[in-house]
Amino acid sequence: MSAYNFAYLDEQTKRMIRRAILKGLAIPGYQVPFASREMPMPYGWGTGGVQVSAATLTPEDTLKVIDQGADDTTNAVSIRKFFEKTAGVETTEETEKATVIQTRHRIPEAKLREDQIIVYQVPIPEPLRFLEPRETETRKMHSLEEYGLMHVKLYEDISQHGAISTAYAYPVKVCGRYVMDPSPIPKFDNPKLEMDAIQLFGAGREQRIYAVPPHTRVVSLDFEDYPFEATKADHPCDLCGAEDSYLDEVIMDDAGNRMFVCSDTDYCRSRREAGHMGRLAEENAA
Amino acid sequence: MYVAVKGGEKAIENAHAWLAEERRGATDVAELSLAQIREQLSLAVNRVMAEGSLYDPDLAALAIKQARGDLIEAIFLIRAYRTTLPRFGHSNPVETGEMACDRRISATFKDAPGGQVLGPTFDYTHRLLDFKLAADGDVPKVPEGSARQEPTPHITEFLKDEGLIQDEPTSDDTPGDLTREPMEFPANRPLRLQSLTRGDEGFVLGMAYSTQRGYARNHAFVGELRIGKVAVEMDIPELGFAIDIGEVELTECETVNQFKGSKTEPPQFTRGYGLVFGQSERKAIAMALVDRALRWKELGEDNLGAPAQDEEFVLSHADNIQATGFLEHIKLPHYVDFQSELELVRKLRREADARITSKEVAE
Repeated sequence: MSAYNFAYLDEQTKRMIRRAILKGLAIPGYQVPFASREMPMPYGWGTGGVQVSAATLTPEDTLKVIDQGADDTTNAVSIRKFFEKTAGVETTEETEKATVIQTRHRIPEAKLREDQIIVYQVPIPEPLRFLEPRETETRKMHSLEEYGLMHVKLYEDISQHGAISTAYAYPVKVCGRYVMDPSPIPKFDNPKLEMDAIQLFGAGREQRIYAVPPHTRVVSLDFEDYPFEATKADHPCDLCGAEDSYLDEVIMDDAGNRMFVCSDTDYCRSRREAGHMGRLAEENAA
Repeated sequence: MYVAVKGGEKAIENAHAWLAEERRGATDVAELSLAQIREQLSLAVNRVMAEGSLYDPDLAALAIKQARGDLIEAIFLIRAYRTTLPRFGHSNPVETGEMACDRRISATFKDAPGGQVLGPTFDYTHRLLDFKLAADGDVPKVPEGSARQEPTPHITEFLKDEGLIQDEPTSDDTPGDLTREPMEFPANRPLRLQSLTRGDEGFVLGMAYSTQRGYARNHAFVGELRIGKVAVEMDIPELGFAIDIGEVELTECETVNQFKGSKTEPPQFTRGYGLVFGQSERKAIAMALVDRALRWKELGEDNLGAPAQDEEFVLSHADNIQATGFLEHIKLPHYVDFQSELELVRKLRREADARITSKEVAE
């Protein structure tokens, strides 16, 4: 792989991406257009996140890659291997030890620190996209801070279903200005968007980068009488007993029996190592 | 019993090994060489070069072999390789008027200087399976003529001389580069043409076809279609002049379209333009039709709300590498989001049930 530059992208490209990242950090929640490159993995499979990570990584970094909260999902494995090969950086599954975390669809349960960067893979960066398909229109709406359409959508949800029927990619307002798509994380993760770490969002196919600097106010959109609610399955983890983590529901047999386990595999493992046990921990240890 | 799914890494390796085996197929059948693909599947090679935006028949042949004949996959391989190549500069515009034409036809004139040259075309073949080809690949001896020495003039030039066709504004501006700048709308014509020439052949064909069927019909005549090789020249600053760095095969199509005239312009013909790597005439014609449809605004025509007139719609969806990537990404795990939806639907159903029950009790 020596034919490629450190972390695959050439330095010119990385510089271009870093400029977009800095602009994104300077205008929290604003979608910065950038000249996304064709990567050796398909669009829609994390090319935006990969480019942001490539521009962010230094040889001293330790990288963690998760998909659905897990380090061992196929695409997380594939992206981690890509950086092992092209950047030669150390990788880890431990949230604690990572300096750069690339994620798809989750924010780790462990609180992130100021010396960490989390990079989100974003499929559709435009929170208004499904209300207005035209980029020319949505950019205008953002610049005029015209978010009425979004509130109407949420209101219609309530009048139809009695609740806001958005379960993931739940829109937020950043720093009192831009409405932002937090990427398809479950709304359970939304409160974590106010954090100590730098948050970078990369959308490769859509050619957008945006960012939330540390300690920035991030508010999930709601109404006074229908406040935002972060929800999860109403169970403890069956392996580690955690009651505060987001859970995956796993169908265990033909009779449809279920078990609930932490989606954050590292969180679950560290709890079990610390001696915490859930309902089915015994059987699984065997 | 559920065990946390480990071993993604091993599974990926095994899948790749199986893929390699399937790609090769039965080992008692001779392996394809790149030269065979390049020479005998040359139209596939051309498509991969055109949509991969990289003129290199050998690499395109390799990509086709590696992709097991899946052309979009092959185009993807070429695109991913292309991004890693350093850029030394850009060539001068190629002179298609100087093209050594293998094929050159006009549908608007019975004959014209340079003549009608059919070239190697499927056009008048009867589409009957040639079972002889299954047995042997002997080709008949092709009679040879002498090549035309002087340049073949563009048909539209004759119309232009008479003022019958709209003149294209000339400019020495360096056009934008959609591989180096993010696409922004409205895009200008150079960017539209770049997007169309690397756009998916099927998509561009479908869009063009829709204009023929009445969704923003612009009644195109093929003013000229030419296929052949052109020299690529590049200015070398150290030398102070341009040198030939090679030649590429191109297909160029200029359509002549009706235009009724507007308040400021008398009736006059207008043009659509297609230019594609290799012998890719279906694509070049389709590109010209879509180009013409997208020009409604500059020509003062009405927006009929047709898909082919909608620049943002056409350009945002023409790229098959973007499209296939995003389409196929839904194979990736989405169970976290699905779980969130599951909880929500359960909750909404519980509440709805409660409402119905309380209503029944009240009655």
